[in-house]
Amino acid sequence: MPHADPPIYLLAGAALFVIGFYSLLIQPHPLRRIMALNIMGSGVFLVFIALANRTPGPVADPVPHAMVLTGIVVSVCATGLALALTNRFGEVLDEKAPPAESPASGKTPPEAAENHR
Amino acid sequence: MTASWPIVALILAPLLAAAAAFALPRHGRQAALLANLVAAAALALLARQIVTGGLQTHDIGGWAAPLGIGLRADGFALLMLVVTMIIAAAVSLYALRYFLFSHDPEAAHRERYFWPLFLFLWSALHALFLSADIFNLYVTLELLGFAAVALVALAGGREALAAAMRYLWVSLAASLFYLMGVALVYGQCATVDLPLLATRASPVPTLWVALALMTVGLLAKAALFPMHFWLPPAHASAPAPVSALLSALVVKGPFYILLRLWFEAFPVVMTPVIAQALGALGAAAILWGSVSALLQPRLKLLVASSTVAQLGYLFLLFPMVTARPDSFLAWSGGLLFLGAHACAKTAMFLAAGNILHAAGHDRIKDLDGVTHALPISAFAFGLVGLSLAGLPPSGGFAGKWLLLSTALAQGQWWWVLVILVGGLLAAAYVMRVLTHAFARVPEPTPCEAIPPIMEWTALAMAILPGGLGLLAHAPTEWLRLGAPILLKGSGL
Repeated sequence: MPHADPPIYLLAGAALFVIGFYSLLIQPHPLRRIMALNIMGSGVFLVFIALANRTPGPVADPVPHAMVLTGIVVSVCATGLALALTNRFGEVLDEKAPPAESPASGKTPPEAAENHR
Repeated sequence: MTASWPIVALILAPLLAAAAAFALPRHGRQAALLANLVAAAALALLARQIVTGGLQTHDIGGWAAPLGIGLRADGFALLMLVVTMIIAAAVSLYALRYFLFSHDPEAAHRERYFWPLFLFLWSALHALFLSADIFNLYVTLELLGFAAVALVALAGGREALAAAMRYLWVSLAASLFYLMGVALVYGQCATVDLPLLATRASPVPTLWVALALMTVGLLAKAALFPMHFWLPPAHASAPAPVSALLSALVVKGPFYILLRLWFEAFPVVMTPVIAQALGALGAAAILWGSVSALLQPRLKLLVASSTVAQLGYLFLLFPMVTARPDSFLAWSGGLLFLGAHACAKTAMFLAAGNILHAAGHDRIKDLDGVTHALPISAFAFGLVGLSLAGLPPSGGFAGKWLLLSTALAQGQWWWVLVILVGGLLAAAYVMRVLTHAFARVPEPTPCEAIPPIMEWTALAMAILPGGLGLLAHAPTEWLRLGAPILLKGSGL
């Protein structure tokens, strides 16, 4: 009787989603934001699985499981892209950091970036 | 099954070309050329099939809809595919020379990654327009987002990377909102297939929540006011061909999904209040975007802010179509506007790219007399301005005219005001650029020569929306072909 289950997994999924989104909004550091997005994603996957269990019959619905698998692949790619971008951003900040400290070249980064394109 | 190869080819051609361009970095241009040729041929065949036979479908791997993933092309999808083809071809031509003549010492490195990412983005767009399944639409949205973020980061530099990261956060969070909606829809209706959802949907709380989540996610991706904040820095700091792709096509993807969701799968959930709210956000976007375009100090930021405003017009479609679901006039107006804006924004970003390249900067107040060096680009910019401001015979005019007539016929006069004010503001910000560009000054801005193909591509894309206004009838008739969206009637 899948329907007899309390909707604890469903609620937990929703809670993870909200916690993740809240952290994404308040955390400035990219690594924390990446983790926040992964927590949000886990919340969504948990909701999928909880809903799969609610179908009538002895076996849980396999389609949401397939979707979660796809979703995990997508979220791994997203995490990879976000990490690579974070890494590159850190490198650029390091390159630019020493000249930005002197007052004379304080104006240059935006100008340089403008001419860059 | 054999007849459905054009649908498959449209997705696979750019995808395989992307893989080839990545594996063979020296041959990115050839891969893009090949993808253009194959996609154009497949699109021509598909258009013929749709015009003669209506809706075209393909079940991936031979598995039919409830279990497998369905691909599908109707008149609406065809219109989007044709617009995509035109923009992709123009961007390919422009990018042939753009990186070669760049001042950037790392241009060769950037070009190496531009081609695979551009082709990947193109493939994602085709997959998006051809998907008939809301979960597959999630996957295509993510693919589109990844390629777009990477293309923004391609410009290098601190500003561009910061813009790319902000874009990435918005894009990923928005996708998860959409996916949560998909989970709830599946829990309620036990399918993710768009045509099946239309038969199973009913106005129940679960679907309200699901659609609210999906709509919020898609609005953030489509950069509708007030979730537009990420767009101007991302679109303005990318390389010129990338800016054109992002403003012309990428933000239209989520808008397309919104139309499919609200008017094909879940028209039963739509209420006049929701429609008016979406229209109101569109109106706010028009006013906010136009005013902020007027205040921008730099040309590319001005063009990007104008995108925020022009996207607002698209959302006026919601209140008008909801008031009269069979309103062919509103549909054709909105979608004609979409096509005209895609061409116009491509032309504008390419022309702005030429000016930035030749003058070395894009500060509007220092562009006096830039026409002397770049007559064609400046002319293209002016011509596009006519379409944005909605002057006849441009496509922008035809689209706005149809929207205006619909609003008047339905008695929704408040949208008429917004459309008119938006047109005036657009004329104002375009004139602001043109007065500097065409100024007669003793010493015009020093400019370098740029390859003619870059100037002529911009001009060609500027003439196209003008032509669209004259030929408006044919493409809008496609909307009736195999239309799953309520276009079977011929009402006003």
